Amino acid sequence: MQQEIVFSGFGGQGALFAGQLLAYAGMDNDKHVTWIPSYGPEMRGGTANCTVVVADEPIGSPLVRHPSAVIALNLPSVDKYEALVKPGGLLIYNSSQVDRPIYRTDMQVIPVPANDISQEETSAVTGDSGDARLANVVMLGTLVQATGILPLEAIEAALEAHLPQRHMRWLEPNKIALRRGAALAVPEAA
Amino acid sequence: MTPIALADYDVVYRRPDALTDVQTHYCPGCTHGLIHRLIGEVIDELGIRENTICVAPVGCAVFAYNYFNVDGCEAPHGRAPAMATGIKRVIPDRVVFTYQGDGDLAAIGTNEIIHAAGRGEDLTVIFVNNANYGMTGGQMAPTTLAGQVTTSSPYGRDVDLVGMPMRVAELISTIPGASYVVRRSVHNVANINKTKAAIKTAFQVQMAGLGLSMVEVLSSCPTNWHMSADGALKWIEDAMIPVYPLGDYRVADAVEPLTKRRRPDRSQNGSLATIPEE
Amino acid sequence: MAKELWKGNEAIAEAALRAGVEAYFGYPITPQTELLEYMAREIPKYPGRVFLQAESELAAVNMVYGAACAGVRVLSSSSSPGISLMTEGLSYIAGTEVPAVLVDIMRGGPGLGNIMPSQGDYFQMTKALGHGDFHPIVLAPSTVQEAVDLTYGAFELAETYRTVVVILADGAIGQMMEPVVMPPARPVMTEQERADWALRGAKDRERRILTSLHLSAEGLERMNQGLQNKLARIQQKELRWQETMTDDADLLLVAFGTAGRVCTSVVSAARRAGLKVGLLRPISLWPFPEQRLVELAERVQQILVVEMNAGQMVLDVKAAVAGRAPVHFYGRMGGVVPLPDEISAQIDKLVSEPAGGTGFKTGSNNGYGQPKAMPAANGVRA
Repeated sequence: MQQEIVFSGFGGQGALFAGQLLAYAGMDNDKHVTWIPSYGPEMRGGTANCTVVVADEPIGSPLVRHPSAVIALNLPSVDKYEALVKPGGLLIYNSSQVDRPIYRTDMQVIPVPANDISQEETSAVTGDSGDARLANVVMLGTLVQATGILPLEAIEAALEAHLPQRHMRWLEPNKIALRRGAALAVPEAA
Repeated sequence: MTPIALADYDVVYRRPDALTDVQTHYCPGCTHGLIHRLIGEVIDELGIRENTICVAPVGCAVFAYNYFNVDGCEAPHGRAPAMATGIKRVIPDRVVFTYQGDGDLAAIGTNEIIHAAGRGEDLTVIFVNNANYGMTGGQMAPTTLAGQVTTSSPYGRDVDLVGMPMRVAELISTIPGASYVVRRSVHNVANINKTKAAIKTAFQVQMAGLGLSMVEVLSSCPTNWHMSADGALKWIEDAMIPVYPLGDYRVADAVEPLTKRRRPDRSQNGSLATIPEE
Repeated sequence: MAKELWKGNEAIAEAALRAGVEAYFGYPITPQTELLEYMAREIPKYPGRVFLQAESELAAVNMVYGAACAGVRVLSSSSSPGISLMTEGLSYIAGTEVPAVLVDIMRGGPGLGNIMPSQGDYFQMTKALGHGDFHPIVLAPSTVQEAVDLTYGAFELAETYRTVVVILADGAIGQMMEPVVMPPARPVMTEQERADWALRGAKDRERRILTSLHLSAEGLERMNQGLQNKLARIQQKELRWQETMTDDADLLLVAFGTAGRVCTSVVSAARRAGLKVGLLRPISLWPFPEQRLVELAERVQQILVVEMNAGQMVLDVKAAVAGRAPVHFYGRMGGVVPLPDEISAQIDKLVSEPAGGTGFKTGSNNGYGQPKAMPAANGVRA
């Protein structure tokens, strides 16, 4: 079995890190994994994306034309990847930032108000109005639950192991964000 | 006749241990060999022969490694300061010097010498300025004088087309990492002695870890200048020194104690001078 | 040893440190810069080892030359345009016969090109890494683990033959993360282990000279003959390649590096479709596994070479195959990585339009099941 997931968003939305979490979790669960970023000029402030392949067999191509799932953190990512998801695949998009309809009907689509959830959870920590820093992990939770690619606990373990030390106070909020995303893993259309 | 017993005599002149017992390939009257000898004497006097590595350039001195009795290698054209950096950085307790001509250092190798100086590499650079590319048969160098005829400036260096001669010691002296930058000449005995003293200081600067030291030496090229050996030495004095004034262009404070400088003697041309005013 | 997730560029740097590299000289250029940055961060933690950012690739390669002459394990890395600038020094290093390891994380060219993955340096690396008659050993990894293993072994290889060893990867390998088992850290060379040609100061011995200059024609010819003899030994002893499902293949893919690993996906897909497709992935690009290709060419119906360039290795394939089988080429340029579906489409085309009347056999035996995606390497020497 092999799944290819594209994580895409603006630089700073954590698309690359969410992809790394999945790759770490896959590796720690004896899967073969690759993580490859787009590293073009867009890495300087524009959109950032990465492709993660998780497989039971050694991975040939780390890049695919039609990923089995896409996490789109912003509108440009939806615009770019809606057409590319494999038929029967999964598009998870950040409905806090994307207000257009999804046109394709031959794939699963899950809208996730990731910024809103993140704001709720971060404001609980910071006491102010919160921010969107957890949006990536919210959507990762949705992906993991919807695809069954790995147990959620594997992502939690990856968070514990790989969240930068200076962000450790965000460990629990990350885990909550992950679970809240997972709870949304009900397809809107099949 | 009574045979001469050598033991009864004092040795007053001999080949330094730091030079090999071979004939050089330099042209008659060229002062490269003389500068080699000064370096050899200095290496002997400092007792560093077994600890020294020579980086030869591309140019007339390409075979310098054959003449110094030390470990040696040969750099691509102009790259000696980079190659020497590689050596010095991995064996910092050794003494590493480059021996470069004006085409090598002042044209193709300007980047390397400037950045070696910029990093303050503990290297000693002997920069031999003879105002032309000697090895390739006397073409125009960055140091060729205005109006000087060479095979690639057959009508004389036209400064409107190719600019004025480049003053390397002055240039390098502006770089803080170069702690000892001087210009000397070997056109007469007094200046030969001053050149040797400067070379000695330059090596001592390196041994003390004070940064890059460079001695620019005005040197004769009778073959390509189409002059006699004597005439070439006189041309250094008459034509080169006015363009390339001798003197100490940078002597960092930390270097000062190593120099034991004599008072500048302004009575004759080519003497030690302070940095000239333009 | 536990697996860790490593980015290619950083993994290569760490592998070099573990191999006992004592000095690194380099210059920033995308997409290899993380390698330089990793060295800048890590080398200061090892007393006595040297990191220096040079003013140019030209200076960097000559610093490598100097350090190599001093007999230390030395590394540089760059990407295509920077390698072009280094070729002068690499030719001197080859002519002087001192060991050095160089990593090229290839990007799109010619000129400034772009920073995307490319294999456009194949010619430069295998045929023309500077003036004069020489070839470095060129090793092309297709995974981060392989990049680590090849880098780890590259220094001994360089020292054994007193030659330049190039780790030739592309932006994809440099930038991607994969699980890696790191090899154990080796100590740096002791003074006693230094080569007997190294310039360390002529203490209690004759002076040593390292030069690439031999003025007499006969002398330089002698030197070159020695160099060629050495290269011939390398051609015999240092061939590396990997085969995937070549035993019964009718169509042989030949691809290296990233294109090679993409082709393993193609082989899997083809086998599922009942097509007898196999893959020869050269790991040593110089020396090129010519003889093995000859053997395979005797057996297969046709050969498809896939590269991320306009067709460079394909010339070596054609030269080796020498008409034994038709050789086709599929390449993408400009930093485009060919994806499995488009290569599969090429195969379908070749299968449906058999070349020279030789029918390409579709698999009559469809009982392959899941192919072994990465079988034990036939030609790999560890």
